[in-house]
Amino acid sequence: MGKLKIKKSDVWIDMTPMSDVMVLLLTFFMLTSTFVKNEPVKVNQPSSVSEIKVPEKDVLNILVDKQGKVFMGMDNQNDLLALIQGMNETGNLGLNALEMKKFQTDPLWGIRLSSLKGYLDLPQEKMTEVITGNEAGVPLDSINGGKSEFQLWVTEALKVNDDIKIAIKADATTPYQRIKKVMSELQDMNQNRYYLITSLKTGEDK
Amino acid sequence: MSADVASNPKGGGKQKKINVRVDFTPMVDMMMLLITFFMLCTSLAKPQTMELSMPSNDKNLQNEDRSVTKASYTITVYVAGNDKIFYVSGLPKYDDPTCLKETTWGKNGIRKVFMTHVTEDNTQPVLQVMKAKAELDAQKDQMPDTVYSKKLSQIKAGELDNGKIQTMTIIIKATDKATYKNVIDALDEMQICSVGKYVLDKINADDAKLLKTKGVE
Repeated sequence: MGKLKIKKSDVWIDMTPMSDVMVLLLTFFMLTSTFVKNEPVKVNQPSSVSEIKVPEKDVLNILVDKQGKVFMGMDNQNDLLALIQGMNETGNLGLNALEMKKFQTDPLWGIRLSSLKGYLDLPQEKMTEVITGNEAGVPLDSINGGKSEFQLWVTEALKVNDDIKIAIKADATTPYQRIKKVMSELQDMNQNRYYLITSLKTGEDK
Repeated sequence: MSADVASNPKGGGKQKKINVRVDFTPMVDMMMLLITFFMLCTSLAKPQTMELSMPSNDKNLQNEDRSVTKASYTITVYVAGNDKIFYVSGLPKYDDPTCLKETTWGKNGIRKVFMTHVTEDNTQPVLQVMKAKAELDAQKDQMPDTVYSKKLSQIKAGELDNGKIQTMTIIIKATDKATYKNVIDALDEMQICSVGKYVLDKINADDAKLLKTKGVE
């Protein structure tokens, strides 16, 4: 009986070209992409044929969700810190350095000024819970006939960076009433140019 | 191994060929991980935007701007809830409810209204402007972007090859029940029809009364 001998061959695959490709791909992704901001609410923006891109920097993001809750965000971390410091002074919020640091790392804010301190003291998981809850959102109602909290934030943001561009992002099903309110509050402050964030429309019915 | 060579003082030693083969598999593994991370956590496409300039809330300015255009060079569009859309050729006549007509969204609805609108001077400004833009788009490849956008804004202002024409003014009025998408769609039509002058206005009491005749709250 002949014994079947299995030949052990050394299968060595050269991984160098593979790793070359990988490095290329990795570099491509690192250079072309931007990090997704963690938004507390899910927003499906409507599509349009407009092909203008969002400005790269100095953007004040205003997010309006389906129910019309307003959230705000800024892209520059330094501006954010200056913003919360300014708000702390003008609004007497009584925040300490740690709380401001936390505010700076939060992607979007949308909390009443009165509960901001309490919110920033919460642990991270609780914060997410609060900001996705029903109580969240920057109030648009004017305080004693004066500026609303929303307008206070915008005023402060303009103080920090006076060529900030306002970008409004809203859900397709948001009632126009809320958008109108946001816009008219901005108009009251002589901010008349906005970027409305949309996604590109595809398909034939252009 | 090289130590062996060095330790041979006579130097006549045979240099051994060593197989220097580095295993790249762990590196590839790591790269894969990193790429997966970047693909999941970042977004490639930047979202599009639409630039919108609203009229100032300053009361003094508004009245000046409004009186500029002739009525027949104006179309008032009412964006209502439930994806309904109405329009008035010219400025709304509040005592005459029949001036308000219903139409639909898209190519065969509101866009057709714009394109077929004939002014008192027997011109069709939207159609003329769109034609000029189509001609410009055909030559787009041959010109730099800056020239293109300059020519486009000229066309939008009514400066065509065969002289200057007066362009249309569209007034968009959205009710509270309308969704954000409806408003964006209306603004989109402005882009498609290359309307240079449009304004997003508020609904006033008379408008609401007029819309009520069509059963719109």
